[in-house]
Amino acid sequence: MRNPTATRLLFEMSESGRGTVVFPESDVPDVSGVPVPGVEHLAAGLLPLPELAEPDVVRHFVNLSTLNMSVDSHFYPLGSCTMKYNPKRHERLARLPQAVASHPYQQESQIQGLLSVLYELQGMLAEISGLPGVSLHPAAGAQGELTALLTAAAYFRHRGEQRTRVLFPASAHGTNPASAALAGFECVQLSGGRDGFVDLSELRAQLDERAAVFMVTNPNTLGLFEKDIATIAAMLHEVGGLVYIDGANMNAILGRTRPGDFGGDMMHYNVHKTFTGPHGAGGPGAGPIAVRDFLAPFLPAPVVTFDAARNWYSLMVPEHSIGRMRTFFGNVGILLRGYCYIRTLGGRGLREASDCAVLNANYLLSQVRDFLDVPHGNRCMHEFVASAKRLKEQTGVTAMDIAKRLLDYGFHAPTVYFPLVVEEALMMEPTETESLATLDAFAAALRQICSEPAELVKGAPHSTAVCRPDEVNAARKPVLCWSAEC
Amino acid sequence: MAYLFDTPEQRQRMLAAIGAASVDELFQQIPVSLQLGRELALPGAVSELELEQDLQRRLGQAGGGGVCFLGGGVYDHYIPAVVDELTSRGEFYTAYTPYQAEASQGTLQAFYEYQTLISQLSGMEVSNASLYEGGTAVSEAVFMAMRVNGRDGRVVVAGSLHPEYRQVLRTYFSRLGTEIVEVPAVDGVVSVESCRAALTAETTAVVLQQPNFFGCLEDIGGLTAAAHAAGALAILAFDPISPGLLKRPGDYGVDIAVAEGQPLGTPLQFGGPLLGVFTCRSEYVRKMPGRLIGRTVDRRGRECFVLNLQAREQHIRRDKATSNICTNQGLLALRATVFLSVVGPRGLRQMAELSHAKARYAAERLTSLPGVVLKFERAFFREFVLETPRPATEVLRLLSDRGFNVGPELSRFGGSLGAGLERCFLVALTEKRTRAEIDALVSALGDVLGS
Repeated sequence: MRNPTATRLLFEMSESGRGTVVFPESDVPDVSGVPVPGVEHLAAGLLPLPELAEPDVVRHFVNLSTLNMSVDSHFYPLGSCTMKYNPKRHERLARLPQAVASHPYQQESQIQGLLSVLYELQGMLAEISGLPGVSLHPAAGAQGELTALLTAAAYFRHRGEQRTRVLFPASAHGTNPASAALAGFECVQLSGGRDGFVDLSELRAQLDERAAVFMVTNPNTLGLFEKDIATIAAMLHEVGGLVYIDGANMNAILGRTRPGDFGGDMMHYNVHKTFTGPHGAGGPGAGPIAVRDFLAPFLPAPVVTFDAARNWYSLMVPEHSIGRMRTFFGNVGILLRGYCYIRTLGGRGLREASDCAVLNANYLLSQVRDFLDVPHGNRCMHEFVASAKRLKEQTGVTAMDIAKRLLDYGFHAPTVYFPLVVEEALMMEPTETESLATLDAFAAALRQICSEPAELVKGAPHSTAVCRPDEVNAARKPVLCWSAEC
Repeated sequence: MAYLFDTPEQRQRMLAAIGAASVDELFQQIPVSLQLGRELALPGAVSELELEQDLQRRLGQAGGGGVCFLGGGVYDHYIPAVVDELTSRGEFYTAYTPYQAEASQGTLQAFYEYQTLISQLSGMEVSNASLYEGGTAVSEAVFMAMRVNGRDGRVVVAGSLHPEYRQVLRTYFSRLGTEIVEVPAVDGVVSVESCRAALTAETTAVVLQQPNFFGCLEDIGGLTAAAHAAGALAILAFDPISPGLLKRPGDYGVDIAVAEGQPLGTPLQFGGPLLGVFTCRSEYVRKMPGRLIGRTVDRRGRECFVLNLQAREQHIRRDKATSNICTNQGLLALRATVFLSVVGPRGLRQMAELSHAKARYAAERLTSLPGVVLKFERAFFREFVLETPRPATEVLRLLSDRGFNVGPELSRFGGSLGAGLERCFLVALTEKRTRAEIDALVSALGDVLGS
């Protein structure tokens, strides 16, 4: 049961002079032989941080945590985010001493075990993608995109080609155009066909020697497998361009098909999604990329190599590497969780996970399509996008209203208003780690909501601690930091 | 399967409801020619017990059991038990980005508290809710400076900035026309005069680090004034433990301050995941990268928290967004929040003072060995560059054989830190190191150099 006094802001709980003592007295004598920082460098006094007692801090965060919905506590069908169960075993294994306490500048001889795991993971990700060159370096999916685009750019530069354009469909994640712009490319958005697929004639009209990369999510953000992906890839390759697969939806196709087999030249994985690193209230992720062999010499540094003759793992900079995208090796803590997941499922288990993810999504689709429109067909991969457009026209109830009302029924909301190509979009991804009973209960709640009085739904949520924060005013006069005056 | 629980009978019911004969039929969307048609060639599935036994064997030993004197951006600071205990609550670590404010007030309030704590720590007006790590935070800061002052011709970077941060900047800017000019450090620091000489009317920002990569203290006030005089922004990468003893970025009047936040409660983890701290003046808030949490009220006037100013972000603004970042480092920001809550201002001062005192003691003792000197005779915070008569790579290898992990050696970064540094390496101290460990390191180094 929630304790509201414990969720006052930390700053309001502070008592100056509390005098927390955390650390021991110094055990070294003062010395005089080394230079001392001048007064111009020294702090004026004690920092204005709150002074709290540990029991209060514990009660505070325990109570705050109860204000969240999470995978551990609720069904969380947030489309595109693959909110599957996060196995507890991974948390313990990721805390093994060499994983948790190794410093990035440690001698290689001391981290052979860790490097062997990372090397093995590189090979696993190459096999799962069908793309042999793997870099575990990127910090998250969006950084994987940027890394791959810069890798492609270095490849083109090496060949003396000046390619300036990155293309993507309107249904793309926002990170695709944002990454392309950050990499200095001109962004070309394709509107796509009415059926939700890439329109081949539209694509063809945009393809020439300026085309660098076509970025496409497959299955796409409507939950459909791009049926013409092989043709699309051939079209790109014909003009000398490359195909980038946004791997956000890999959970649909593990062991069924591989980006490298359907024409992709590069891709990123979202380890925190597909391989169930926990989402951590917004991160961290890990965004390894996999590329074709001719792109591998351009991958960012460092990669793990193995010298079988010496039985020795080491870090290596590829021949024409684009350089670093971040400090140190990568998000090892998350990569290791992904490794544990792949090891415990094996090839067959990964395929079964995808099979069940697709089965669950199709089942949920079958249970909602008689009361909610699903504009792009009766079948899907691991997720689908419903539309509340008709309901909105009839009763005024929007996708956002439905999302908020679902919270009252104890379900986290689907992704709403994405992809942009569907009006009043509700994007649902149940994942494979949910039972039939949960899916039935969720579908029943949705059905109920669609027939509830509009004012009840528009007033939702009714059961949460707050209801519909004023975002407009928040943006107009941002309050981003507590101060004693406010 | 461990994480699946529908029975074959239930699956048949589901297929019937879908109107499909088999699961294979659901995959008919994938053209047959593109289907894999075989099992993935991966190691066979293992049980939790087998995996734990295997990984215990491979990862059960930390760093050869050595004592950590390693520095260069991440440090072996103490993490109170309460940090792991609270942040491992599933309600936090199995939630995602707080898009639905009503279902995420725990996360949102914690990140609002994080932003405030980081403002208090840095002396800067606004903090975002985290970026990936210190190096990318520097690159994002330069992009933001370009948006703020509209200059994109040049960025001036201190040669004493972490070499990996500089490498990241070069990669991020590899396709853009902006010239990256490095001002070499002389005797461990960058002079105001040489910085001033590099500034042009097209320079968007000057990027500095305090304490710098060598551990030395720079004249940030003077360098900031030089940047401002040329109409450029001052970007400072700071050490998040240093404000316990030293001036904060805000005290120097810098415009953007970033940090590698790992020392605030995150374990080393071979360098990731880490915590990118990003702060700036409040007038630039609409040009910031990354998520921001704002305080507001709900329909009934109750105080609450939301994702704020989302119109800057990629999911709304796409190619015009202030950054491509989506997933950030939420859990590490939460760790920093709990860490700062329990350590408090006095605890942080203790950490800074203990680290500093031990570094000074270690420096004095180590330089009492014949031929061992401080490379730069300058004030430092918790790490310093040591020079010995032998190549650093050799010395560090021999020290690690004796149970002391020290470094990194400066030659690891090529010539990016200057010439003639082959016999130099970093030594870093935290509150965790004891006098006995330091004394043992001194005798081990004496042993290594004498042999």
